[in-house]
Amino acid sequence: MQKKSYRQAVNEALRQEMRRDPRVVLIGEDVAGGHGGSGEIDAYGGVLGVTKGLIGEFGADRVIDTPITESGFIGMAAGAAATGLRPVVELMFVDFLGVCFDQIFNQAAKFRYMFGGHARTPLVVRAMAGAGLRAAAQHSQMLDSIFTHIPGLKVVMPSNAYDAKGLLIQAIRDDDPVIFLEHKTLYDTETDVPDDAYTIPFGEANIVCDGDDATIVAFSAMVPRCKAVADKLAGEGISVEVIDPRTTSPLDEASILESVERTGRLIVVNEDNPRCSMASDIAALVAEKGFYSLRAPVKSVTAPHTPVPFSPALEDLYVPSIARIEAAVRAALSDPARIAAQ
Amino acid sequence: MTLHSVTIPKWGLAMEEGMLVHWYVEPGAQVAAGDALVDIETPKITNTLEAAETGVVRRVLGNLGDTLPCGQLIAVIDDAESSDDEIDAFVSQSMAEIAAQQQSAGGPSIEPQIADVGGERMRYLMMGEGGTPVLFLHGFGGDLNNWMFNQPALSAGRRTIAFDLPGHGGSSKNVADGAVASLARTVIAAMDALDVGKAHLVGHSLGGAVAMAVADAEPARAASLTLICSAGLGGEISRAYIDGFLQAKRRRDLQKTLELLFADTALVTADMAEELLKFKRLDGAEDALRKIADANFPRFVQREGLRKALAASPVPLLTIWGREDNIIPVSHSANLPGRLEVLEGAGHMPHLEKASHVNAMVTEHIEAAG
Repeated sequence: MQKKSYRQAVNEALRQEMRRDPRVVLIGEDVAGGHGGSGEIDAYGGVLGVTKGLIGEFGADRVIDTPITESGFIGMAAGAAATGLRPVVELMFVDFLGVCFDQIFNQAAKFRYMFGGHARTPLVVRAMAGAGLRAAAQHSQMLDSIFTHIPGLKVVMPSNAYDAKGLLIQAIRDDDPVIFLEHKTLYDTETDVPDDAYTIPFGEANIVCDGDDATIVAFSAMVPRCKAVADKLAGEGISVEVIDPRTTSPLDEASILESVERTGRLIVVNEDNPRCSMASDIAALVAEKGFYSLRAPVKSVTAPHTPVPFSPALEDLYVPSIARIEAAVRAALSDPARIAAQ
Repeated sequence: MTLHSVTIPKWGLAMEEGMLVHWYVEPGAQVAAGDALVDIETPKITNTLEAAETGVVRRVLGNLGDTLPCGQLIAVIDDAESSDDEIDAFVSQSMAEIAAQQQSAGGPSIEPQIADVGGERMRYLMMGEGGTPVLFLHGFGGDLNNWMFNQPALSAGRRTIAFDLPGHGGSSKNVADGAVASLARTVIAAMDALDVGKAHLVGHSLGGAVAMAVADAEPARAASLTLICSAGLGGEISRAYIDGFLQAKRRRDLQKTLELLFADTALVTADMAEELLKFKRLDGAEDALRKIADANFPRFVQREGLRKALAASPVPLLTIWGREDNIIPVSHSANLPGRLEVLEGAGHMPHLEKASHVNAMVTEHIEAAG
């Protein structure tokens, strides 16, 4: 198997599904990269080069550059999905959700329900999420909790190149609207990625590593950080299980509860802001359904309740660091109940 | 040469490094070829490295827990009485050679290749040169990596080819009707495509049935036949395994199913299960597996009876079985022509669990057959 980057994996998934199914089209700002002007086609291939090369193979009828009008082109994609295409529309930065939220949560997410199950909306909304690129408060948010809150949307957050390809192909073949959040800092990370097409089902967590002493549930770019913490603590004889749910909606509750039943300790790590977030959601899930398994208070490691700072020094403090994650695991393991048991 | 280097072996395509988990010998120990030297752990499986030469272990160069790259020198065996200076010189020379090899793009790495067989893609791994080739045919749900402990050993002085059967590994997911007879036709076509006239056939489980069908259809092209825990010799087959393998979507479920394959269940690692899940997720893979299972084990009873063909076959036969096989019972090995070896402490994968025993038996068998 060949090593490929997260960026290549997304590109390959798009290319293979566009070859397989003529109904798959790309829509968005700069997905072709030339604003329609001659001589500039494919100059960018998306702002970070993810869709590069696709217009050459599939042409401007299927790789459609749009004006900077999210409300218009997201609405267009939702309508195209309802009438038989399978659009993959790019919101560029997820932060732009604000201008097209109606098209997503009040239109696309409601079609199946409001038309009595007669409408299908096979729409994928791709967007770049996350901090780390010094892109300031309006281009660095996660916002995964906002999408997860809406019934009718599926929400996917791949943490590595292998998952990115399999989850995106699954998203394109899914008949419901899927929000696909690509973390900007992961684009150059590499894993083995098969050349052939494959799918990873939604709602099936990846157990990144097995452990018996504590459970970390982590999403997106936090997964490799948590794996690094687990590897470090393994050297001290502390065995930490790291679970990457891969999708927040649907959520693989069973894998999380089963793990906490064994370990008795839960640390949730997510880059989103803490209030009404996946961190609080999973803490509440375990408090409701796994309370008697817990042997220590649930810890969460998230961004603070502030906008993403532009100052590089502050931005680095904003994103959960390996040191903060490690400290949270140690705190969960050093509670009085554990010490009394020793 | 009186001094022999012992290096980290390369077991399978993905192996880049191995961890030393148990030394059986200390400097000064007398060893015979075949004696256990060290247990080496890879993310996929742990195996015992055995001495290739008889002599005295003069140097042990890795500590327990060290993770070292394939090719790294870890011990020196001396079959004369060399001086310490000679050994030190040998060690530094070997180290330099290995470092030079690793710098030149990792040396001659062996990669699987793709053959076009009747318009379908067939992946295979070729090693060694000369002699009558050996063909390895894996079992249901397996791939050419199943032979990682066997193919290198059998490639000394002869060409060996391990196939991914149709529907498996990197081969096309088109399995026609999925029956053993059509899989065998594809193998014969692959032999044609690779200019293999006659070959020693080594088949495991479903691959054993395919090997028998190849030998039955083209007896002149089978120099010898080795069946390992083979299908096609009786009705029973483990429903828990076949069904569990088909159904498993999660790594931990698949891991439990895979434990049925081994006498020592500790051999099943998370990575082994994860790799198999990656295969099952490929477009067409599950359909292909279901088709093969339905065609050959309908309602979890084996359909293909190749016992009769075997009794009449002129091809020399070696049958190997694990005493603790939970998938196809060892009783299926009864009343066959040729040599039978039942290995204690092995389950359905004796070629992985008791690799050196299997390698020695197969080598003897194919050398006798010529």
